[in-house]
Amino acid sequence: MTAKFHETLGADRLESKFPDAKPLYTESEAYYEANRCLFCYDAPCISACPTGIDVPGFIRKIATGNIKASARTIFEANMLGTSCSRVCPVEVLCAGACVFNDLNGEPIHIGRLQRYATEKALFDEAETGRKLFEPKPDTGKKVALIGAGPASLACAAYLALEGVKPTIFERGKLPGGLNTTGVAPYKLHAESSLDEVSWLLSHGVDLKTEVEVGKDVTADQLRRDYDAVFVGIGMGDDRLLSFGNENNPYVLGATALIEAIKNDAGFQLPPGVKTAVIVGGGNTAIDIARQLAGLGVEDVSMIYRRTAAEMSGYKHEMDYARKEGVTLVENARPVKVHQEEDRVLGLRVASTVTDQETEIACDLIVMAVGQESRVHALGLDIEVNDRGHVVVDLETMRTGREGVWAGGDCINGGKEVVNAAADGREAALDMLRSWGLQPRKWRYSPSV
Amino acid sequence: MADLSIDFCGIKSPNPFWLASAPPANCGEQVMRAFDAGWGGAVWKTLGVPITNVSSRFGAVDYAGSKVIGFNNIELITDRPLDANFKEITETKKKYPDHAVIVSLMVESKEEWRDIIKRSEDTGADGIELNFGCPHGMCERGMGSSVGQEPAVLKEITAWAKEYSSIPVLVKLTPNIGDILDPGVAAVEGGADALSLINTVKSIIGVDLDRLTLLPRVGDASSNGGYCGPAVKPIALHMVGALARDPRITIPISGIGGISDWRDAAEFLALGSTSVQVCTAVMHHGYRIVEDMIEGLDNYLEEKGMSSVHQLIGRAVPGFKDWGDLDLNYQIVADIDADKCIGCQLCYVACLDGAHQCIHTDNGPCSAWHGEPDHGMNPRCEVAPPQRHEPRIADKPHVPWVDEAECIGCNLCALVCPVPDCITMREIPNEAGPESWNDHVAAGKA
Ligand SMILES: Cc1cc2nc3c(=O)[nH]c(=O)nc-3n(C[C@H](O)[C@H](O)[C@H](O)COP(=O)(O)OP(=O)(O)OC[C@H]3O[C@@H](n4cnc5c(N)ncnc54)[C@H](O)[C@@H]3O)c2cc1C
Ligand SMILES: Cc1cc2nc3c(=O)[nH]c(=O)nc-3n(C[C@H](O)[C@H](O)[C@H](O)COP(=O)(O)O)c2cc1C
Ligand code: SF4
Ligand code: SF4
Ligand code: SF4
Repeated sequence: MTAKFHETLGADRLESKFPDAKPLYTESEAYYEANRCLFCYDAPCISACPTGIDVPGFIRKIATGNIKASARTIFEANMLGTSCSRVCPVEVLCAGACVFNDLNGEPIHIGRLQRYATEKALFDEAETGRKLFEPKPDTGKKVALIGAGPASLACAAYLALEGVKPTIFERGKLPGGLNTTGVAPYKLHAESSLDEVSWLLSHGVDLKTEVEVGKDVTADQLRRDYDAVFVGIGMGDDRLLSFGNENNPYVLGATALIEAIKNDAGFQLPPGVKTAVIVGGGNTAIDIARQLAGLGVEDVSMIYRRTAAEMSGYKHEMDYARKEGVTLVENARPVKVHQEEDRVLGLRVASTVTDQETEIACDLIVMAVGQESRVHALGLDIEVNDRGHVVVDLETMRTGREGVWAGGDCINGGKEVVNAAADGREAALDMLRSWGLQPRKWRYSPSV
Repeated sequence: MADLSIDFCGIKSPNPFWLASAPPANCGEQVMRAFDAGWGGAVWKTLGVPITNVSSRFGAVDYAGSKVIGFNNIELITDRPLDANFKEITETKKKYPDHAVIVSLMVESKEEWRDIIKRSEDTGADGIELNFGCPHGMCERGMGSSVGQEPAVLKEITAWAKEYSSIPVLVKLTPNIGDILDPGVAAVEGGADALSLINTVKSIIGVDLDRLTLLPRVGDASSNGGYCGPAVKPIALHMVGALARDPRITIPISGIGGISDWRDAAEFLALGSTSVQVCTAVMHHGYRIVEDMIEGLDNYLEEKGMSSVHQLIGRAVPGFKDWGDLDLNYQIVADIDADKCIGCQLCYVACLDGAHQCIHTDNGPCSAWHGEPDHGMNPRCEVAPPQRHEPRIADKPHVPWVDEAECIGCNLCALVCPVPDCITMREIPNEAGPESWNDHVAAGKA
């Protein structure tokens, strides 16, 4: 499976120019860091993890050389523990809550330890053939999952281990969702995402790629053919505010551009780009700004309609971006693209305070102001809120529609991989309970 | 999953991990929570004629940033009413019939032993443990280690207990003696069904330098106490091993002393313990540590191709030999992995000042032995001027190197090296077959 995915992915991708920002720990690094953890009781890092991983528990097991059990502790709470260890914004999650912030300001590097345990254990599993988890006997139940992103993958893995037959339908060529197409390459390359997917699938999950639900097969068909349907379709295309920028090859959507950087073999930035302006103040905006800077675009600025303090992008990410040369223009909104033929010469921006207009000279504009909802295209009659997000009961992940569960970005409008992993788990366990099946005792703390 | 269940002189336990008789097994509510967390058994906090405790009662050794590597206490046996204890034991055993519940006892007269054993049996407990170990307070009253230190008395009281008890009798030994075999053999002769050890080591944990009195402080004074925790593990391992390899010790052993994780436990099992007991590590981190113990032992057994914990028990005992039987021709030397080395030169200074001057530095002046390799056999009466070496690795002059001809294979450098697996000890094959000191003596060479 892995080999096939890697082949589809192809080599010579721009993302390979980015090395790992936080490489796999060596044994000594892991040993010392693990032994630094205090093994707190009812630890704040646990409740700060959206999947409720027993952080002190898994770290202690690294310290005692019990790597396999450490990895089990992680995966039981979070089947995407491998990618999460690398993509989680730990500064605002587990590590942000670590008691060492109050002791000496050096929180435990939980993500890196998590990466060490999971990667080591999976390596060992591949070497020895001794699986960390064995599926339960077949229950005869089948579930269709729409979208092969983290939400569906987590859901499917738990289901498979509980003896349910999951089939994932993915519209794209490759599985993994934004882990494969979206997260910053200095955190995770597409290959690693696909390796994780292969492991998840190995527990008995079927994957059908290039099948778009709503187009190639109807959602109602799935409802008829399966005992349950899980909607994990994430968000849709980049939102492109309309200011005369349509169809200009030098005005791009952020996630589309990131996907090209990460996945398209042979892809290059449009020729001659030296100056780029990113519109937006979220994490996607910061991500693409950092990537463009890393790819050699000399002058990268972000414009945001309010102040830095109000940005939804994380401060620690913005700090990195600044260090890498990205500048932030606060209180500014785009007004008009200044272009000549196809070429962009600049972006006219207006101050959101004084309405005064100025122009920022640039030859590339990237729109990072959110993504559209794609729920309507499913043709599935489920309730959505005013922003197009699927409405679910957060305890059970049930939609109002009988037999349909949902989770991940499509219900929250875009949070983190770890949230999608938690949703997928909760949906799987609720499906089992709804059929009167008793799931095994997966160890995690309920989210608070 | 390997089979972790054990049969300990007829006492069945789902795994070999028991709480030692101490504060973590002080009352029913605690023991039940411990069983829920995964502990296979518990030896109840010692019962006897209830006493009064002092405040404070605990002290600890912190070392180089690690908290509680050694622990000491001056508390006595239970200070709770016997009725409450017995009621809780009965309830616990009823609610957890598959777990091992053992009642620890310490009284004085024969009649007291008879009565308290009867009451213990009535709880439905699986066994009793005679506490002949406590090294403070109780021994001053003629109990605890004052019994454990007198093999004849120990044997007599064990025989009383056997006379009155229909359930297995474990005898808990004190380490505060010259040779553990003396009380061990006495217990077997007295009819004991099993041994547990070690109890705490007689100790003073520290001195309060402001008040100039002992720790843990009770007003302006303190008393000697019992030492336990990670620091005592080697002492306990030795005593367990010494009993396990002695043919006169025909009964199972419950190993105690400094066990904190699955590795410690596995070591005790390999050295002849059938069950292990834990106190300090639970006092430090709670019952939850048993999760790592269970999973870690299970993984270890699986990796080693053992399907049951019984296959591990005693496996290292044959390797415990008298010094005189060790092979004098076996030779190892230190190997430094230059890629892993971080250049701290702790190995260099350790070998230079604390061993045999055979590790060299290329960084500054090198004071290692530069004469003919002689393992220090010839007189060295001068401080030779240090030499400077051309760095063997140009960009890493801090990486020391070993003069293999001079290295005596003592392990010191590998022990002090902070990088895992950076210094390994490599075996030097030699032509000569094994030859021990005892062989020398037998051949009239010594
Ligand atoms: C640029 C960017 C960077 C990010 N960086 C991080 C990060 O560093 N750390 C982090 O934790 N989170 C990050 N996130 C967020 C994270 O990627 C998402 O929260 C997470 O991937 C959501 O998972 P999901 O399964 O809900 O959706 P997605 O990952 O979006 O997966 C949905 C899948 O469904 C498929 N699909 C959609 N419609 C259909 C259909 N009709 N039929 C079949 N298949 C369909 C899609 O092709 C896609 O593969 C980032 C997001 C973006 C956009
Ligand atoms: C505070 C404290 C109280 C103890 N009380 C008893 C006791 O009542 N009876 C007994 O047999 N041992 C008692 N012990 C000894 C322990 O059971 C155990 O033998 C010893 O602590 C070594 O194990 P450890 O290193 O795991 O702590 C006590 C130990 C401590 C620390
Ligand atoms: S999953 Fe993410 S948030 Fe949770 S413990 Fe791991 S790194 Fe931290
Ligand atoms: S809060 Fe920090 S020190 Fe405490 S358990 Fe969590 S990671 Fe370890
Ligand atoms: S102690 Fe280890 S790390 Fe330090 S110099 Fe010696 S070999 Fe290198």
